[in-house]
This record gives sequence, structure tokens and C-alpha cells, in this order.
Amino acid sequence: MTAITNNAQSKSDESNQLLASVGKYLSGIDIKSIVYPMMGIIIFLFIWSVAASRIDTSLGQFPGPAHVLEQSKSLYQEYQAEQDKAAAFYQRQEDRNAKKLAKNPEANVKIRKYTGKETFFAQILTSLKTVLFGFLVASLFAIPLGVVCGLSDAVYKGMNPLIQIFKPVSPLAWLPLITMVVSALYVSDDPWFEKSFLNSAFTVALCCLWPTLINTAVGVANVDKDLLNVSRVIRLPALTHVRKIILPASVPMIFTGLRLSLATGWMVLIAAEMLSQNPGLGKFVWDEFQNGSSNSLARIMVAVLAIGLIGFALDRIILIAQKVVSWDKQAVLR
Amino acid sequence: MANHFLEISKVGIEFPTQNGVFTALKDVDFKIDKGEFVSIIGHSGCGKSTVLNIIAGLYRATYGGVILEGKEVTDPGPDRAVVFQSHALMPWLSVYENVALGVEQVFKGQKTAAEMKDWVEHNLALVKMDHAMHKMPHEISGGMKQRVGIARCLAMQPKVMLMDEPFGALDALTRANLQDSVMEIQKELDTTVVLITHDVDEAVLMSDKIVMMSNGPAAKVGEILDIELERPRERVALSKSDQFNYYRQQVLSFLYEKKGVVSFDAAKKTQQETSSDVIEKQAG
Ligand SMILES: Nc1ncnc2c1ncn2[C@@H]1O[C@H](COP(=O)(O)OP(=O)(O)O)[C@@H](O)[C@H]1O
Ligand SMILES: [Mg+2]
Repeated sequence: MTAITNNAQSKSDESNQLLASVGKYLSGIDIKSIVYPMMGIIIFLFIWSVAASRIDTSLGQFPGPAHVLEQSKSLYQEYQAEQDKAAAFYQRQEDRNAKKLAKNPEANVKIRKYTGKETFFAQILTSLKTVLFGFLVASLFAIPLGVVCGLSDAVYKGMNPLIQIFKPVSPLAWLPLITMVVSALYVSDDPWFEKSFLNSAFTVALCCLWPTLINTAVGVANVDKDLLNVSRVIRLPALTHVRKIILPASVPMIFTGLRLSLATGWMVLIAAEMLSQNPGLGKFVWDEFQNGSSNSLARIMVAVLAIGLIGFALDRIILIAQKVVSWDKQAVLR
Repeated sequence: MANHFLEISKVGIEFPTQNGVFTALKDVDFKIDKGEFVSIIGHSGCGKSTVLNIIAGLYRATYGGVILEGKEVTDPGPDRAVVFQSHALMPWLSVYENVALGVEQVFKGQKTAAEMKDWVEHNLALVKMDHAMHKMPHEISGGMKQRVGIARCLAMQPKVMLMDEPFGALDALTRANLQDSVMEIQKELDTTVVLITHDVDEAVLMSDKIVMMSNGPAAKVGEILDIELERPRERVALSKSDQFNYYRQQVLSFLYEKKGVVSFDAAKKTQQETSSDVIEKQAG
């Protein structure tokens, strides 16, 4: 806190103003909403470090907070080192090509991609891309299908057995099937996506489907009867009715579904990556485990914390989206 | 048979329930002239809303039917716009947009965008809500919401304006205010109004005719009372008038002394009629 304050004072008026408004915002917050979570975290760290010091595994002592912090720093350094290597590689390549072109302007210069070791941060990025793609694909199907199910009793009754049967299936059971189907059907010389990416993404999509589908259907089916009657009296055409009445009215439920979907999608993705050795955070965890150095457990713990923080951040992002989209600004969002 | 503007003709309705068929209305029969202000009064649960929903076309009568200007009502439409007790404003639309939603649909191809805007604003001004045009429903009071509901209804230029206990959820002062507004507007536009109410004073004050319904199940029209009071009506002056109190007493006596029950003779008569010329119809 003090470090931030000192920095800000040395800067312009603008940042002072910003600081003032931040201060105002902070003073508006109930002090308990800061102190209690802090206490929770401190107590957790304490218990963790005490417990860790008493657990000896075949890979050495279970990592405590200090060890984990140290490893997170080292992971960051590895990332930076890899960045430097990549920059150097591209620099060399450019120099070489420039020389070639200077000799012979017609020369066929090749630009190769740097293929270094996958760093922790590269794996995070891969996982994020995968989960977002899978989530997006699932939502594109689930929302319209949910609307149709909510509107039509017949469609709902027809879909319900399928939903009930497929919903409890762990998407990991689908993984082998998806893998085979993707390799059979997705044949392209110049693929947009890696096959492993599609495998993970479709596995995520399969489990993102259900919460959004079900919540959308419930939201649509429970739109206030009076509002529906208004629409009937006005004689809104079917599509306008969906666009202007049904969708806005079910926005809160749709978002509830989206949040559940993304949360489960994120959980499943890590497992799928571990199982199928597809690039991503799950693979990172698995590789570290196989690696079995004295630092492995600490590095896995860093991944565990990162997975949790990212899951939390994803949820917040959807919440913010809901606040922007939804008319129901007073709804208590948790 | 004389052609009336709006005929509710031997309407009966049955709802399928878990304990078999529930006959909510039986042989409900009354007529409304153009420009008339008609109230339907009866105890809670007797079937007033059901009658209104049948006129609106939101429910389909099992027997009999509703005829508006010689045409049978088969589905809901803006010519029979409804003001709901719960105001039923879309919470995601502003006051202006709520009214415009209907206007844009009803006057599509008839009015230009500018004319529609003027028309929406005109109707909001009529209910004295033009000052809060761009507020959201949650930012205005219950009475104001109901005013917007009325503006939305009026803006569709309905042949009949159907109001289902529109003032039921409001405090006494707000209610009085709105009643006066509705009477003023009705006089100015000469709209035909069907008002559902369980408030005796409201019925007598506002109506040209009060349709009193017997208790359900199988509720029917008990008595019809013509209110011949001069308009404009002024509530304070009227409360002292003998004529007003006479009407009031008539309605009260129907509701509480006769317990909303139709006299034996009348009941027998309608029963005979039913068995002879019931027109069966598929429930919509
Ligand atoms: N859709 C329906 N299904 C079954 N019963 C209904 C339905 N609508 C109304 N009823 C029944 O019809 C009767 C009249 O209801 P309603 O018209 O709402 O009464 P009111 O408006 O006079 O209070 C009630 O007993 C109610 O339970
Ligand atoms: Mg009612």
C-alpha cells in the first residue's frame, strides 16, 4: 500500500486525483470486507505452511508458501529467458535473410517460427484459448436451443430425456470418441487449428452445453405471464417477440447458465489436458509430476493456484458482461 | 336482435384441473354500447379476470363467444388492448420504449417514424407522464407505472379498453387521482371501457353500467345496474348525493346481502336456456 502511495505522489496531479478517487472508493467499502478476507488468507497460509512442513513425500517435503513463491518466480524467469531466446532467434533469422536479400534480391527467404520449450505462461495462454473457444461454441448452440426448449413444450419434452442422460456424463468419457472423430473428419493441409486444440475445446464444449441449455430453457419458460400477454395483445411477430421480450426477460437466467458452464468447462479442460497430453495447464501439471524433481510439487502448486485465480477471473468477467448486458442492475450478483 | 357494439354472448368456460373439469363461468351474457364505460364487479375469484381475458381473446370460451362490431373475437389483438393490474411494463424498456413497442407494431406502415414518436409522446402527455419519458420502470412509482400502462393501451387506439383492477395495488390518493384521469380521458376520446373492480365506490363513480357477477363456480351475471349520474362526476360532491348513495347501496346489497348469489328464479331460467341453445366449441 505504502509503495503505491509513494509512487503516485511523485507523479502528476492526474494520478493524485486517481488516487483520491480510489481512496474515496476504498473508504466507501466496509472495512470488514477487506479485513475478513485478509484474515482468511493469512490463516490459510499459516495452516498450509505448518501442514506442509510435516508432510514428507517421495519427492521431498510438501511445498509450503515460501517454496511455492520461489518457484513462481523461477517460472517467470524461465518465461523471460525463453522470450529472450525467441527474440534472439528472430533477430538472427532477420539478419540472415537481410544478408541473403542483399546478395540476391530474388532470393527465396524463409521465415520460420521459433519452436522453443513451452513455458508455464504459454501453457496458460493455450488453456485460456481452448476454454474460451469451447465455451463460445457451446453457447452458440445452447442459447438458441434453450430458447426453443423454453418456448415449446413439445420440443422440451422431446429434448428432456437426452438432456437428462447426457448431462451427468463426464465429458472425459467423450474424449476418446472426440479424438477419433476429429482425426477422422478434420483433415486439412493447412489447418486453422491444431487437432489437439479441437479435441480439448470440443470436450469443454460438451460440458459447457448443459448448464446454459437448461438455465436458458427455464428462464424462457418462466417469463412473466403478463409480459407474454402484452406481447400477444400487441401481436408481436414471433422473431420480434423472442428478440424484444423473451431474450431480455431471460438474460439473468442465461447468464447464470453461462457462469456455471464456464466454471465446469475450466475444470474439465485441465483434466482433459492431463489425460490426453494436449498442450495446456493440465499438461504442465502432468509433465511436472512425471519430471519428479524436488521442485515439481511446488511448481504444480503454482499451477493449482493459477488455475484457481484464472477460474475466478473468468467468472468475474462473465459477471461484468452480465452487468453490461442486463437491465436488472439491482440484481444481487454473486 | 339489435346489433350491439360488443356482445358477450352466453359465455361459459371450463378449465381442466387435477380434480376434473372446473366450470368457472356459465352463461355470462351482457352487451356494451360504443363509448360506454362498463364495470364488472364481484367477489374475488368469481371469474372477473376470466371474463376480461375472454373479451381480450387471451382465453378462448368453451361455450358461447364474444362479438365485437359484428365479428367474433378469436385471438388477442390491439383493438382490445389490456391494462394489467401488475402494470406489466417491460423492465428493460424505458417508459417511452414501452409505449413505443405497441405503437411501432400497430401503426407499422401507417405512420412515419416521426409521427409515431409524436403519437407516443402525445399519449404519455395524456396520462401526464411525458416528464418521465426516459425513466426506467423501476425508477417510477406504482401509480406512475399504471399511468404508463394506460398510455400504452391508449396508444394502440383500441376499440375497447380492457382494464383488470388497474388501481387495485395503489394507495387511496393515487387511486383517486388515476380514476379522475381515466374518466377525463375516456370522456375526451369517447373510448369504450370495460373495468374490472372489486371496489364499490370506484364502480359507481366511474361507470355508466355495472355488471354484478355472482360467486363462482359457474359464475354468471347477477344484476346489471345502469348508473345515470351526470358527467363530469366529482367525487366529493357525489359522496353527498342521494342518488350516488342509492346506487352504492344497491351494489353493496348485491355483494353482501345476496352474497353475490343469483335469485332462484333467475338461476332456473338461465339453466333452461343453457340446455336448449348451448353452442359447443372447441377450447382454444
Ligand atoms: N387458467 C386457469 N386454469 C384453471 N383455473 C383457472 C384459470 N384461470 C382462472 N381459473 C379459476 O377461475 C376462477 C376465476 O378466476 P379469476 O377470473 O381470476 O377471478 P377474479 O378475477 O374474479 O378474482 C378461479 O377459481 C380460478 O381459480
Ligand atoms: Mg382477477
